[in-house]
Amino acid sequence: MSLPFKIALRFLKSNIGQTILIIIGISIGVSVQVFIGSLIQGLQKSLLDTTIGSSPHITILSTNDNKLIGDWKEKVNIIEDFSDIKTISVSSDSPSFINFNNKTESVLIRGFLPDKANNIYKIENNIYEGKFPSEEYQVLVGKELSDSLGLFIGDKIEIITPQREMIDFTISGFYDLKIASINRSWIITNLETSQKVFDFGDFVTSIEIQVNEVFDADLIASNIISSLNSSEIDVQNWKDQNQQLLSGLNGQSVSSIMIQVFVMISVLLGIASVLAISVVQRSKQIGILKAMGIKDKSSSMIFIYQGLLLGLAGALVGVFLGLGLSFMFSKFAVNPDGTPVVPLYLDYSFIALSAIIATAASVIAALIPARKTSKLNPIEVIRNG
Amino acid sequence: MDKIINIKNLNKIYGTTIKTQVLFDINLSFDSGSFNSIIGASGSGKSSLLNILGTLDKPTSGELYINGKLTTNMNKNELAELRNETIGFIFQFHHLIPEFTALENVLIPHMIKNKGRIPKDIKEKAEDLMNLVGLSKVKNNLATNMSGGQQQRAAIARSLINNPSIVLADEPTGNLDSESTETVYKMLRDINEKFKTTFIIVTHDKKIAEMTDRIIEIKDGKINLDILR
Ligand SMILES: Nc1ncnc2c1ncn2[C@@H]1O[C@H](COP(=O)(O)OP(=O)(O)OP(=O)(O)O)[C@@H](O)[C@H]1O
Ligand SMILES: [Mg+2]
Repeated sequence: MSLPFKIALRFLKSNIGQTILIIIGISIGVSVQVFIGSLIQGLQKSLLDTTIGSSPHITILSTNDNKLIGDWKEKVNIIEDFSDIKTISVSSDSPSFINFNNKTESVLIRGFLPDKANNIYKIENNIYEGKFPSEEYQVLVGKELSDSLGLFIGDKIEIITPQREMIDFTISGFYDLKIASINRSWIITNLETSQKVFDFGDFVTSIEIQVNEVFDADLIASNIISSLNSSEIDVQNWKDQNQQLLSGLNGQSVSSIMIQVFVMISVLLGIASVLAISVVQRSKQIGILKAMGIKDKSSSMIFIYQGLLLGLAGALVGVFLGLGLSFMFSKFAVNPDGTPVVPLYLDYSFIALSAIIATAASVIAALIPARKTSKLNPIEVIRNG
Repeated sequence: MDKIINIKNLNKIYGTTIKTQVLFDINLSFDSGSFNSIIGASGSGKSSLLNILGTLDKPTSGELYINGKLTTNMNKNELAELRNETIGFIFQFHHLIPEFTALENVLIPHMIKNKGRIPKDIKEKAEDLMNLVGLSKVKNNLATNMSGGQQQRAAIARSLINNPSIVLADEPTGNLDSESTETVYKMLRDINEKFKTTFIIVTHDKKIAEMTDRIIEIKDGKINLDILR
């Protein structure tokens, strides 16, 4: 242990009340950072998840009049070779009317490859009765539509295609994707049935993609456009369609950073002023040490070490306080069903960064008193009392 | 004999706007291993002179040589090293660092020299010095839990830990009764004889001064008397 470190430790110990006060100050700052940061990140994650967690991030549609995409297997193969692609699903969709008990509703028939579509829409998990169509001409109906028509499994509903053909479908199950507009309008069947009913041959109407890095969706989309190089397709991504959400998220991030910056600044000013006072309090000791030959650099290090020790202790306590606060929040601020109001997201690298920033800031705050110390002339203190 | 300290034409003026000259054209030298006292009325300039001798303060003009080396153009770090290794201080007003125990205070000059490390023989030496000044019972007390006289004695022990060739003492027995004062002087004398340490002791006590080899009297910033016995 070097002498400046020993002296720093002793100074902190001998004025334990002041030391604890500064540590509490820093730790409150750090805990607010950890808590607000986790809260905002959790909020953003859950917002993103509800918005695009179960929907395609990139959608490829046809620009042809008949809305059909040819050679889709080839296209899917090309896209699959991109990095960062999570899942690709194709569908054959067409608006139609359905008829049941003399009630008519306008719907969208969606024909999926079940495994692929499940990756995006989690249909399988959200079938609350029955099962996914396993045979041709079977369909899944959404909760809202089934409630309003009074449907049961095994019921036959009549589909009226845009070509005015009428075909009977059998209901194999009911789904609830938690979005009323989808539940009301989507009738889900398998790809072959849809292609057959609407005479699409081996064409599809959309290719839907999820990516891992959702914020890169626009870049990946433009890569897809250039590698498919076809004038017959239109590639859309979620960012274009959710500008408001994006600017909302941005605003949140900026205000969260602002809060954190200001919390840190106030903590810093606190440490700097307390340490500045402590230089005055300890000027006699510093004077004696200098008279006995301690060098300016070492006497400055006494205060740097104090800043470092206070910062480390404050950061450590603050991280635990912040985690505790977050834990309490997710435990006590809950919805009626017991799930947290905002699911917190504990990003450990963010937490570590907060702790490191607080420690570094404390050291920086200690630079001012350290400079003052090195300027202190021992004679000022030695002379008289 | 070698001159361990040599000052030439030394002047000290305090203040920049209102100037008070407290030392006037002093020429003085001290033999290595000598035992000296500086006496004079309060305000005559004894502490001012001693602080300059200890390189804590700079003369307004004139030269100070320690061990033949000119100190007046050394930088702060060189002076700090010089003080740490060759000069032991006993201050008039401040004695110990209150956050440390008496024994730790005694060890601080060595820790400054040796990057905080305390070898066993130095620890033993510090304990011996504490015995010498009669503080073995309170050596682990914080400085704040000792009497003024005890603090002063601990400061004496501290001034000796680095085997300095010079000890500068400003009223080192100011807080002691006459009996302890005498023991402390005997002690300093012993050290002077044993280690050939040069002592320069500021005192207003004539009786004490008479126990030293050389008495220098300062009057109004000038050397009034310089008696070698
Ligand atoms: N920083 C200063 N600025 C101006 N004048 C000073 C300063 N320090 C000391 N003096 C003056 O210098 C003169 C000598 O002071 P010094 O402390 O050297 O006296 P001293 O002989 O040690 O006295 P004492 O026996 O009371 O300790 C005094 O008149 C004092 O007022
Ligand atoms: Mg004095």
